[in-house]
Amino acid sequence: MADEEDDIILSELDDEELVLQMHDDLYDGLKDEIEEGTQILLGRGWAPYKVLTEALVSGMKVVGDDFRDGILFVPEVLLAANAMKAGMAILKPLLAETGAPTIGRVVIGTVKGDIHDIGQNLVTMMMEGAGFEVKNIGINNPVEDYIAALEEFDADFLGMSALLTTTMPYMKVVIDTLVEEGKRDKYIVLVGGAPLNEEFGKAIGADAYCRDAAVAVETAKALIARKHNQIGA
Amino acid sequence: MTATPDDGTLTNEGLAAPGQGRVLVIGCGALAREILAVLETNGLRHVDLTCLPAIWHNAPAKIAPALEESIVTHRDNYESIFVAYADCGTGGEIEKVCARHGIEMIAGPHCYSFFDGNTTFATRDEVTAFYLTDFLTRQFEAFVIRPLGLDRHPELRDIYFGNYERLIYLAQTDDPALDDRARAAAETLGLTYERRFTGYGDLAGALAGL
Repeated sequence: MADEEDDIILSELDDEELVLQMHDDLYDGLKDEIEEGTQILLGRGWAPYKVLTEALVSGMKVVGDDFRDGILFVPEVLLAANAMKAGMAILKPLLAETGAPTIGRVVIGTVKGDIHDIGQNLVTMMMEGAGFEVKNIGINNPVEDYIAALEEFDADFLGMSALLTTTMPYMKVVIDTLVEEGKRDKYIVLVGGAPLNEEFGKAIGADAYCRDAAVAVETAKALIARKHNQIGA
Repeated sequence: MTATPDDGTLTNEGLAAPGQGRVLVIGCGALAREILAVLETNGLRHVDLTCLPAIWHNAPAKIAPALEESIVTHRDNYESIFVAYADCGTGGEIEKVCARHGIEMIAGPHCYSFFDGNTTFATRDEVTAFYLTDFLTRQFEAFVIRPLGLDRHPELRDIYFGNYERLIYLAQTDDPALDDRARAAAETLGLTYERRFTGYGDLAGALAGL
């Protein structure tokens, strides 16, 4: 099987075969092959946004589903994400030039005391892939950093992430501060992280708890559409 | 008195209750040696120990349901039960189980804290520290390297540990060989190394009155 795969020349595949092969290569975390496939599709005249959605995001969706279902584990997801990141690095400047559609603007960061950013980096990448503009403010964020970033970036969403049960209560501090300052209704607040659950999200006053990166994207799309509908009504 | 099992068994299977004492401690397999040492030092020969698999350190959602099952299994055979877990990443689930059955447990967020002493640990600002105990140092491969896939993909190291700065080995015993292994673990993870002797910390006091 490995020998067969070694013999595949990406440039000799037609578009449909190449996209399917890129899905396989993403699944296997093959960064060089993803870079090559991305360049080939662009060279064939594909729009950057089409490469992103059909070759990369669709492939990563399979990875996300298999992670959710316990078929893939964190190391494999990280390798796949690394491969996708390499493709995104090629596409990002082109997407900026071609004016790809923007669905919404997101500020995301881990809460004060928490330095675990693997999950939020995956969310950042998947949301960018889905057409959101994301400002990832990194790790260990006190409430004032969140609020400053939300205002500076004119965000629609606040995303907060925590890996530790000892740090996740800080999410409530951030939400309560937004309420106290009369800013809570300006933002859709999404929370995520391994020890969280839906009950916790509701209890702290978030708009939604997102189990994984793919759910975060779908939830964000649904909530921004609802918000626009409410404004339009 | 319970004999000390090997680390591999404690990691994957835990430890069965010997059924000899009047009081039962249900604890994490990662604490078995330390609990047995404290029981021995204090002459607590009426206390039995049973442990859940230590590897659930990496899967805390499994702990509370299994703990409750163990309590139900053993409660009729002992006068009292004590739980040798802190919160351990369960988000209050262990505390809820203990409250439901009227059982005492160790205070604190996790074993790093109660070994260091909960009061002391709460004042430390060590957000970028990665901790090992004696047990985790001996089982570093099983708890860190293999579950994170670093044996197969060492290139992922900085994705996992890039935001950490220090590895702090919280030493329960004076063992130069463990010191060397913890230092090597720090090097493997690309972190600076610090050894901090804690002894058994708050664990000793929690068990002494049983």
